Amino acid sequence: MAPQDVIKERSMILQKEMIEGLFNDLEKAHETGKKVCYTFVPGNLSELIRTFDMLPVYPEINALQSAMRKKSAAYIKEAERHAHSEDVCTYVKCDVGMLMKGNIGPTGQKLPPPDILLLSYTGCFTFMKWFETLKREYPNAEVVMIHTPYQEGGKMTPEMINYMVKQMHEEVIPKMERVSGVKYDENKLKKILEFSKEAEDWITKIFETPKHKPSPIDAYFAGVYYIGPINIGFRGTPEAVEYYKELYSEIQERIRLGLGPVTPEGEMKEEKFRLVVEGPPNWTSFREFWKIFYDMGAVIVASSYTKVGGVYDLGWRHDPEKPLQSLAEYCMNCYTNLNIPQRIDLLTKCIEEYQADGYVTNSIKSCNSFSAGQLAMMREIEDKLEIPVGFIESDLVDPRYFSYSNIKNRLESYFQMLSQRKMMEAEEAH
Amino acid sequence: MKKYYLGIDLGSTTSKAVIVNETDEIVGRGITNTRANYKVAADIAREQAIYDARFNLIEKKMKESIADMPEFKTYMKDLRSVFQYCQFRRRMDSLADMLIKTASESTHPEKDTIVERLRAIIAVIRPQMRHEFIHEGLGSKNQFFRDIVSEKYNSEVGKMEPKFYEPLMLAFDKSITPIENEMVEYNFKDLVLEAMDILEEKYKGLADMQEDGSKEDWYYSEMNAMKNQYKKIGHTLHSHIEEIADEEIYIAKMVGTGYGRALLPFPEDCIKSEILCHAFGAHAVFPNTRTVLDIGGQDTKAIQVDKYGLVTSFHMNDRCAAGCGRYLGYIADEFGLSLNELGPEANKAKKETTICSTCTVFAGAEIKELLHNGEQKPDILAGLHKSIVQRAMSLIARSGGVKNEFTFTGGVARNEAVLKYVKQMVIDSYGEVTMNIHTDSIFMGALGGAMFARRNISADLPQGTMVRETGGEVS
Ligand code: SF4
Repeated sequence: MAPQDVIKERSMILQKEMIEGLFNDLEKAHETGKKVCYTFVPGNLSELIRTFDMLPVYPEINALQSAMRKKSAAYIKEAERHAHSEDVCTYVKCDVGMLMKGNIGPTGQKLPPPDILLLSYTGCFTFMKWFETLKREYPNAEVVMIHTPYQEGGKMTPEMINYMVKQMHEEVIPKMERVSGVKYDENKLKKILEFSKEAEDWITKIFETPKHKPSPIDAYFAGVYYIGPINIGFRGTPEAVEYYKELYSEIQERIRLGLGPVTPEGEMKEEKFRLVVEGPPNWTSFREFWKIFYDMGAVIVASSYTKVGGVYDLGWRHDPEKPLQSLAEYCMNCYTNLNIPQRIDLLTKCIEEYQADGYVTNSIKSCNSFSAGQLAMMREIEDKLEIPVGFIESDLVDPRYFSYSNIKNRLESYFQMLSQRKMMEAEEAH
Repeated sequence: MKKYYLGIDLGSTTSKAVIVNETDEIVGRGITNTRANYKVAADIAREQAIYDARFNLIEKKMKESIADMPEFKTYMKDLRSVFQYCQFRRRMDSLADMLIKTASESTHPEKDTIVERLRAIIAVIRPQMRHEFIHEGLGSKNQFFRDIVSEKYNSEVGKMEPKFYEPLMLAFDKSITPIENEMVEYNFKDLVLEAMDILEEKYKGLADMQEDGSKEDWYYSEMNAMKNQYKKIGHTLHSHIEEIADEEIYIAKMVGTGYGRALLPFPEDCIKSEILCHAFGAHAVFPNTRTVLDIGGQDTKAIQVDKYGLVTSFHMNDRCAAGCGRYLGYIADEFGLSLNELGPEANKAKKETTICSTCTVFAGAEIKELLHNGEQKPDILAGLHKSIVQRAMSLIARSGGVKNEFTFTGGVARNEAVLKYVKQMVIDSYGEVTMNIHTDSIFMGALGGAMFARRNISADLPQGTMVRETGGEVS
């Protein structure tokens, strides 16, 4: 899918190898005796999972991959046949449907059942219900939940950190030891965190490159590929560091040559609009969706979605010297756990620093967690920055909720509105 | 040579065309119902706008006579109506041929009798329509060929033996679309002269006083004046007509917009979003407009504009046409009413029945259920209209609310019940704001398109004076 078809840069090959490796390991988990941990992307404790030599499975990632492979419609239908309501988050139904149809993962290999369901609760209540459902399907799986306090006050207090560390000591670690049969080794975790920190430095540098004009990358549509390794369990590995280093040097080369982003149809020739996007993308029609943007010369210079796995722009990093504390901070610091003013500040900073011409919200029909507050955020940003805002609606993985013509119509109108603005500004400058 | 600019708004139910001159003044308007073939709809709307432009130019030339002498005004009004009739008659001839042909080719065992019945129907409705155009100003009633014919045709079919109902209706359904899709270009001068001949007949036949004393043509004083004047008016007109008919209406640029705009055979940079066009058009007519609500056939849009008429933000309805014009059409069918009757019927309500569904698919079932429960038709209709406006209001809220002044555009703005609820709800939520509702609200998108065309889209924005069209706005 997508950029890979166009040019196979070394970074893409590295990413492919990593992901294939993970799914191969998962397929053989039963033979090799490796334990399997199902968990979520926002606030994921992948370093901890790795410390216990377990393999991670991310249901949201499987769902979005199924959607890109046009399999989600059948899975969702299957889940609805089993009485899952039409209004539920479609990631959940896609995952449940996949499970009911044999749990064949995105690579076509069978996924092993979970030994442990690790729920880091970061802002979305659906996660809890989701794992309740999975627990019924996998009665032998151990469930462990780490409760992450929402950053309602806009900052992490020492009490909040202690509260989380306590849960790790009393709940998470003992259960993981029991399930994996591996003793908790803090030094091992520290080493892993070294790599996390390094990968985070690189990914930050990568997502800063769109500050260049023209932007060498698309920080949303291509960005979702870039966050792949760091989001799906490779954060604490030398491979991830290697991947991001490579990617960074490839992007540097693009900047040197003055090139714009790579799209599925080759290089984007002219950068007409620079946008910041809020909200997850639509996965079922990902390519058509992207095409509407690049056909119009619109580049996404920053997006909130690429921060769901971790917000690093503001300087926060995992700290190997304070392993559990920093895991706690990481969970609380993920995008979905930020309060609305924090999100607005973050987006404002992006719009200003990346010199965006516009701000677009993709509101997801079945995701309450992202959608709540989105309109208010948009209004506030519009008022504060006097920037043209656009609003579209789609869904994550349910193809029934993606209306191509409706979205195209809105975006076309929005882009025409932007160009008028630009013309006027140019005139006024005369 | 004078340059003109054309905007075409290809909506899902009607296609509109507006021609402006080099000062953004509207010189012509055309409207037709949109058929499957968008290209034909656009061509017909454009032709209509050009005819309208010619009439307007003639009237401009005769401005003084028209202002001073009422008979000139009446003559021009009549002339337009009869001109439409002349076009209409040509289309009617084609339809008659097509009906006979369709029926003759059918495999119905009694097809000869059906053809005979058809001839009888045609023989009745033709003079009826002629009369209404010439004597009752049918041309000014904004009705489309299909609507006029089908109303009369259906009523005649109703008088026939029931067994012929199906085959006669089938023949009509099969014949009407190809006729509507036919692009016929008329010669303006020929048609006007023909219309003048018909008028001559009409005026010649005017009686001083109807024998039975009924209110007929003689009732109007202008008509009375006409009785002796028409020759003179006709004479004055002739030279103007010669001149205007030969004048080329040179369309220097055009812009297409609306639901079907992507299907127009226009170059890409001549296609513009209807959101921008509606806002620009509405702002041109009402320069203080800051919020525009446009309810069209397929979508509802809440648009915020700045002092230049440029869109600053907008919100549209979700994927389906729930709560848009289409929905009203569906409701009208469900109640066996025409679209024009919906609003007045709803305004007879004593209360508003609560309607849960603005979904086209579910509303039908809900209506049946409500009727079954004894709810009254006007009350249900009022509820339906209210729920449409409620949906529109939530879009407005999402787009940032109503700012002073507020302009309501689009085909649905013609519906008086919708209008009533819009006024009520805007005031309830946003207090007293100036509300503009133009009788020509349906043309706003096409006007905006024409204005963009004049600016060649990329040139000289913002521009200075907008000419406000004379015409009955209600505020
Ligand atoms: S509701 Fe939204 S945040 Fe929650 S699981 Fe679904 S997609 Fe994720």
